[in-house]
Amino acid sequence: MSHALLEVQDLATHFATRAGLVKAVDGVSFKVNRGEVLGLVGESGSGKTITGFSLIGLLEPPGRIVAGSVRFDGRELVGLAPKSLRELRGRAISMVFQDPMATLNPVLTVGAQMLLALRAHETIGTAQARERAAAALGKVGIPDPVTRLDAYPHQFSGGMRQRVAIAIALLHRPALIIADEPTTALDVSIQAQILVEMKSLVAESGTAMIWISHDLATVSSLSDRIAVMYAGRIVESGKTAAVLRSPRHPYTRGLLDSLPARAVPGEELAQIPGTTPSLLRLPPGCAFASRCAHAQPDCLTAPPPVTEFDGRTYRCFHPLQPELVS
Amino acid sequence: MSAFVRIEQVSRQFSPSITIGDRIAARLGSKIEKRSVRAVDNVNLDIVLGQAMGLVGESGCGKSTLGRMVAGILPPSDGRVTIDGQAVMSAQRTPMKTTRRVQMVFQDPFASLDPRMKVRDIIAEGPIAHGLTTSAESDTYVRRWLALVGLDPDLGSRYPHQFSGGQRQRVAIARALAMQPDMLVCDEPVASLDVSIQAQIINLLLKLRRELDLTLLFISHDLSVVHHLCERVAVMYLGRIVEEGPTAQVYAAPAHPYTRALLDSVPKLVIADDVTVTFKPIQGELPSPMNPPPGCHFHGRCPHAVERCRVEVPPLRQIDASRRSACHFAEAVLAETSSAAAI
Repeated sequence: MSHALLEVQDLATHFATRAGLVKAVDGVSFKVNRGEVLGLVGESGSGKTITGFSLIGLLEPPGRIVAGSVRFDGRELVGLAPKSLRELRGRAISMVFQDPMATLNPVLTVGAQMLLALRAHETIGTAQARERAAAALGKVGIPDPVTRLDAYPHQFSGGMRQRVAIAIALLHRPALIIADEPTTALDVSIQAQILVEMKSLVAESGTAMIWISHDLATVSSLSDRIAVMYAGRIVESGKTAAVLRSPRHPYTRGLLDSLPARAVPGEELAQIPGTTPSLLRLPPGCAFASRCAHAQPDCLTAPPPVTEFDGRTYRCFHPLQPELVS
Repeated sequence: MSAFVRIEQVSRQFSPSITIGDRIAARLGSKIEKRSVRAVDNVNLDIVLGQAMGLVGESGCGKSTLGRMVAGILPPSDGRVTIDGQAVMSAQRTPMKTTRRVQMVFQDPFASLDPRMKVRDIIAEGPIAHGLTTSAESDTYVRRWLALVGLDPDLGSRYPHQFSGGQRQRVAIARALAMQPDMLVCDEPVASLDVSIQAQIINLLLKLRRELDLTLLFISHDLSVVHHLCERVAVMYLGRIVEEGPTAQVYAAPAHPYTRALLDSVPKLVIADDVTVTFKPIQGELPSPMNPPPGCHFHGRCPHAVERCRVEVPPLRQIDASRRSACHFAEAVLAETSSAAAI
C-alpha cells in the first residue's frame, strides 16, 4: 500500500493564555490520500480551523504545536524552519479561507496579486505570468478573465472574489488544498456554483483537499471521507456516506438529528442538550459525556481511546449499534 | 380568515446622502447623480393571526428591510403596514403605540444586547416604559420571562458577555416577549448559532408559538429552518416577492423559476454511497440592486425567459386559492414542478 499524502499523528496544539491552557487540538490523527477530499466538520471551538492552521504552520502565538507529527509527502512538517514552510505554502499546500475580502489585498489589482503569488515560487516573465493568471481565472468560471486581471477585489462580487481566491490557491497546482469554510459567507445559489466547480477542479487536477465546515450537507456532497471534531478531538471518522448513514458516536448522531431538513415540519427537533464545554476546563473523561444520553460512569473517568474497525474510527466507550439500512 | 398584519404596496428606497464633494461638483456645474436602491419594491403581503410566515431570499433581496418596516423600526417610502387595522408608523413617520404589539429578534445577540446593562434591566426596560410592570415589581416580572425561554431566573443579574451565544439569543427572545407582543419579527435568529444550539432555539420558538399564540414573521436564508417553523412562505428576489403560499406546497412544487432554482441549489445530506450530486446551481450572478434588469428581475438567469419577460414586469397574482406567483408562466412552471414531484 502506498503511503498517504498527508499523515497527521497525535497532533496537539495548545494556547497558553492568561486564563489557563487551552487545548484547542488535543491528539488528532488522520490521513489524506492523493486526490481525496476529507471533510473536517465540527461546531465553533471544536478545533477544526486550528487543525488546518497547524498543518501549514500558520499558528500565531500563544498557539503552539506541543506534540505529534504532520507528515506531508513523507516529510515531517512539525518543527520545519519557517523558510522551508514558506516554500511549501502556496505551492505544494495552499489554503482558501472563509472571507475572501480579508485574504485579498484591497489595494492591488487581482492580476498583481496573482503575479506575486506566481513569482513567490518561480521565475516567470510578466507576459507569461499574466497568461497563466488569466487561464486560472477562466478555469474557476470568471467571465472575461484577461480584462478582469486589472480589476481590484472590491470590483468583484462575493462569489467572484472567492473564485479569485480559489484561482490563486490553484496557481501552482498544489497537491493539497486546505479550504476553511470557503462557502459559509456566500449565498446558497453562489455556494452551489462554487461547490460544483471545486469538485470538478480537484477531480481534474488530482488535488487532495481538506474541506473544513460546520455544514454536514455540503460536506456530505463533496467529501470522500469525513472526520467529526468535538472539543479538540476527532470523535468519529470514516467514509462519508457510511458515517452519516450509521454514526457510531452519539455526538455525530445528535448533529444529524438536530438538522431541521431531516425532521417532520413543526415537530420538535431532537436537540443536543447543554453547550460545548470550555476548552479551559475540559473534563477528565469524554468531553461529550455531560451532553450524552448514553453516558455511563466510566465515561467520566478517562477519555475514550480510538477504536478502529472497517476503515472507520470512533472515540466512545459505548458506541451506538450499527443501523440496518432499509 | 382575515389578515392580522397587512403589508400594502410597501416600498423602501435608500439614497446615499449628498456629500460635500457632490455639492462642490454641483457648484461647478456637474449634475448630481442620484443613485438610489429600491430595497423593497411594492410588496403586498398579509399575515393571519397566529400564523408563522417565512420570508426567504438571498442577501440583498430586501427581506431584512421589509422585516424592519413591519416591526416599525424603519418607515416605508411608500405604502403602509398595519397591525390589527392600526398603522405601525404614522404619516409623520413616528412609530405608533402599536409598535409595542410587534417586537423584533435580531441575528446577532452579541450586537443586539447592551453589553453594559444587566440582563434583568435589558428585559425590564421596555415593559416599565410601557407600563406593563413597575420598577418595584420588575424583578418578579423578569424572572417569569427568563423561565419561559428556558434560562435560570437567577441569572438576571448577569451581563450579556457572561452568556453563550445560544443563551444570549434566549435573552433577546425574552426581551422581545416581555413586551407581550402579538407579533414577533425574527431576522435570522439562528443563523449565527451552531447546529446543536440552533435546534434548541428552533424548539424554543415552536414551544413559544404554541403557548403564546404568537404571529411570526421569520426571516431566513435557510430554507430548511423555514420549512420546519412556518406554515406559509414568501420568496423575495431583488426587492419583490416572487412567490407566496403554504410552505409544504411551495417546496414540493414551486410556481416560480427562482423558487425552484433556489430550492435546487441547496445541498442535501447524502447518505448513499452512489449519490454524489444533490444540488444544481443557479446560472449567473445576482444583478446589482442599484441597477436591476427591466421587466422580470430574474429573466437573465431564468431558463424559461422570453422577450415578454424582458419588458413586462410580471405582477404577483393569485394562481390558485392559496398561492401567488409573479411569473408570466407560473401555471406552466407549476405543472412542470408538480409532475417532477410526483415521480
